[in-house]
Amino acid sequence: MEILEEKKNKNIGYEPILEGIPDWPVYQLSKNRKEFVEEVTQKAIEQIRLLRPSRKQLIDELEATVFREQNRLKRNRWRVDPRDEPRFWSHIKNELIELSNKTTEEATRKEEALLHEIVHRYANEIAGNFKPSRYRFVRAITKFWFVRLLNGARVKKFGAIFRNQYTLRDKIHIVGKVKMLRELAKKGTVVMVPTHFSNLDSILIGWIIHSLGLPAFIYGAGLNLFNISIFAYFMNSLGAYKVDRRKKNLPYLETLKMYSNLALQKGAHSIFFPGGTRSRSGLIEKQLKLGLLSTTVEAQRNLYLENGGTDTRKIFVVPVTLNYHFVLEAPDLIEDYLQVKGQDRYFPEQDKYGSFTLIKFLFKFFTKGSSISVSIGQGLDVMGNYVDDNGNSLDAHGRSINPREYFMTNGQVTADKQRENEYTRMLAAKIVSEYHRINRVFASHLVAFVAFEMWLRKYPKLDLFGFLRLPEEELEIPYEEFRATFKKVRKEIYRLKEKGKVYHATHLKGDADVVIRRGVDNVGIFHLKRPLLKNKKGNIVTQDLNVLYYYHNRLVGYDLEKLI
Amino acid sequence: MTSKSSSDKPVGVIGAGNFGTVIANILALNRNVLLYARNEELVRKISQTRENRGHSIHKNVTMTGSLEELAQSCDVIFPMVPSAHFREMMQKLSPFLHPYHILIHGTKGFDITLPKGESIESVKKLSRKEVKTMSEVIREESVVVRVGCLAGPNLAKELSQRQPGATVIASHFQEVIQTGKRLLRTERFQVYENSDLVGVEIAGVLKNIIAIASGALSGLGYGENAKGLLVSRGAVEMVYMGRALGGDTKAFLGVAGIGDLVTTCNSPMSRNFTVGYRLAKGEKLKDILEDMHEVAEGVNTIRIVKKCADYYNVRALITENLYKVLFEDLTVQEALDYLMRYPLNMDIDFL
Repeated sequence: MEILEEKKNKNIGYEPILEGIPDWPVYQLSKNRKEFVEEVTQKAIEQIRLLRPSRKQLIDELEATVFREQNRLKRNRWRVDPRDEPRFWSHIKNELIELSNKTTEEATRKEEALLHEIVHRYANEIAGNFKPSRYRFVRAITKFWFVRLLNGARVKKFGAIFRNQYTLRDKIHIVGKVKMLRELAKKGTVVMVPTHFSNLDSILIGWIIHSLGLPAFIYGAGLNLFNISIFAYFMNSLGAYKVDRRKKNLPYLETLKMYSNLALQKGAHSIFFPGGTRSRSGLIEKQLKLGLLSTTVEAQRNLYLENGGTDTRKIFVVPVTLNYHFVLEAPDLIEDYLQVKGQDRYFPEQDKYGSFTLIKFLFKFFTKGSSISVSIGQGLDVMGNYVDDNGNSLDAHGRSINPREYFMTNGQVTADKQRENEYTRMLAAKIVSEYHRINRVFASHLVAFVAFEMWLRKYPKLDLFGFLRLPEEELEIPYEEFRATFKKVRKEIYRLKEKGKVYHATHLKGDADVVIRRGVDNVGIFHLKRPLLKNKKGNIVTQDLNVLYYYHNRLVGYDLEKLI
Repeated sequence: MTSKSSSDKPVGVIGAGNFGTVIANILALNRNVLLYARNEELVRKISQTRENRGHSIHKNVTMTGSLEELAQSCDVIFPMVPSAHFREMMQKLSPFLHPYHILIHGTKGFDITLPKGESIESVKKLSRKEVKTMSEVIREESVVVRVGCLAGPNLAKELSQRQPGATVIASHFQEVIQTGKRLLRTERFQVYENSDLVGVEIAGVLKNIIAIASGALSGLGYGENAKGLLVSRGAVEMVYMGRALGGDTKAFLGVAGIGDLVTTCNSPMSRNFTVGYRLAKGEKLKDILEDMHEVAEGVNTIRIVKKCADYYNVRALITENLYKVLFEDLTVQEALDYLMRYPLNMDIDFL
């Protein structure tokens, strides 16, 4: 199959903004790992005691925690889980049972100790382990092999494998406020909040951070990723800390939040995937998880609280969207989504993709085109106000504001949990609207959207599920008809771009036939069953309506449906 | 009472209309108050006579003609200006505001932004993109996020006579609600809390429509049965309309909804009621508005809500018929006949 070449990308390399790894905040954190884990433990315990002030409440909470953890061990064990877990939790359980035989004083002391034991264990599990030597090694090796792969595959001559004609930057386009991001990382602490579509996102982001010359960020990476050994290796070396979504108990959640909170206060640049999990539907995230996000607001408030001066370190939130023609997991994700749609049930994490599949995918990716683009959004303060290149917060009219004042009551900085929850919600709403604004429309997204909506229109009486059950063979759109609608929607996207409501890739412009061909060729390019194809008559057909639905969803939320 | 140094700061009130003046007087029972009026002449006059619109001014109230002074001296400000001037006022106030300010408004009307050269009638559609509540205007025009509103059965005259009454303060922020409560609460004035800011605002706006209808029924000489019919069906219409506009059902059943509705529908003192009453007596809208001192928010509200009802596909019979009476030469009697003949089916179907 022929794939049209992307225009040669003009991205240039970036110098690191901090010279040596020892200067990096993340290195400082892991050098003092033990002290840091202890600090997280102490502060998390304080927080838990605040939330569960009475003895009875605390014991109830501990019992609930043990119950849930033992349940998890029984039902849902993972390869990464430590072996001594069953022993640990039955030990805690026994201690809890024995509490009733003790005097109040003894029991109180024992509870404290148990809480400490649990929280400390969690903090230790969560904490990352950044090793400069490993980081350098991984960085070098990825770069080396990526470049080899790229050149070997592209230029079909013996010896090409040792050339440096193509680099990763030709594959991965970084657009948007790059310079600002680099400035902000010098001036304060950056929290990057990318959209999340694929397990590859973490690696991609890691590479981007490095190639932009930024010091390593700490990740909140799903523990399930550590099941895949190749990921585990990457993550561990890149300063990832572990987030286990199976654990919903209060001590765990508070410890996790405290870890992020304190790391931010110490200036460690961080990455959150605020969607919490990969987007199952292919929709750009609409509902963000507020837990980790709230730590940015809390950390900033604490910095203001502890630092009366004007030079308080600021935390900047930078939204990032990752745009793909193809998402490896799409067929499974959309299936999950359709199964549980309308119900807020727990998603079982199934990662069918072992190291080998991934390498295979990477090879295909580099040999077959299909580029990725990464849009870096404008920096925000923790209240969701835009900041300028110097990190000053601006109001809607471009006037400079001091975010400290958001946390002030009667002239003093105060902590107010309810207020900060509301601020977090406001920040989340802003991030979502920024996602839509900086999203880059690819030809493949647009053809998927147009084709799906056109078919949907033809069956007005069916609901979504009824429609998705239609046999694919019945569906065919005459090319001319498709082309006309495509052009109409594309025009609207141009208009939206003018208004600053979305971006589109440069390849979206130009001759409609060429763009449609590029879109159809690229959408879900490596799936066994292709979401869109042209048949012999030149008409548009599909082999997999569910997956087409997935790619179509990328453009939901712009009111484009009304044009079809 | 907390004894923080800055709680000695005065509280600001913007707008020396009927309601603004009365609220300033209530606030003055607890704190020093700075009352802003746009008109310099009025500022001087009130300062000298210590009287405004028949209310004598509490000794703790100081007049000012400067928004800058007001914003600098006060952390908590109560804007009480008609919806038609609200955005303009906010634009003037905005440069002096900081994120630490708390704004609690008491304006029961919508703000609309139309493309140049369009009017409410000529514009193709009105949706929540064009129609904003006052809290949304505050958020759009300034850096203030801690916003609240004051709504409920608050007839200025009764409040100034210190008759028992209640109000609801709505905000997303507990801090705002508690601040408002501390400032307003007296042994004669109960303050309720609500976290559905937009719902409470919309309830306060929509009830003005029903108030006009109530005035019209009175003007036709009908009694209490008719009023009971109107209040209950009016409440249902408010719930439907309110939900379409982004409020939650509960807000409409509380002090700001039913509470305010019953009061305004029974009070010949209210401006909206008067409009309806005089319409029923055969007067023309233009003449009625000409000799009213203050704005009857309900008239504009009807124009806006009718257009929104079209857009959101909500059946708002009372609003639509009042619209026809106000702007399309339907008589009040004809409108009533239409409503009485309408084959309504369900009593309550929103709970």
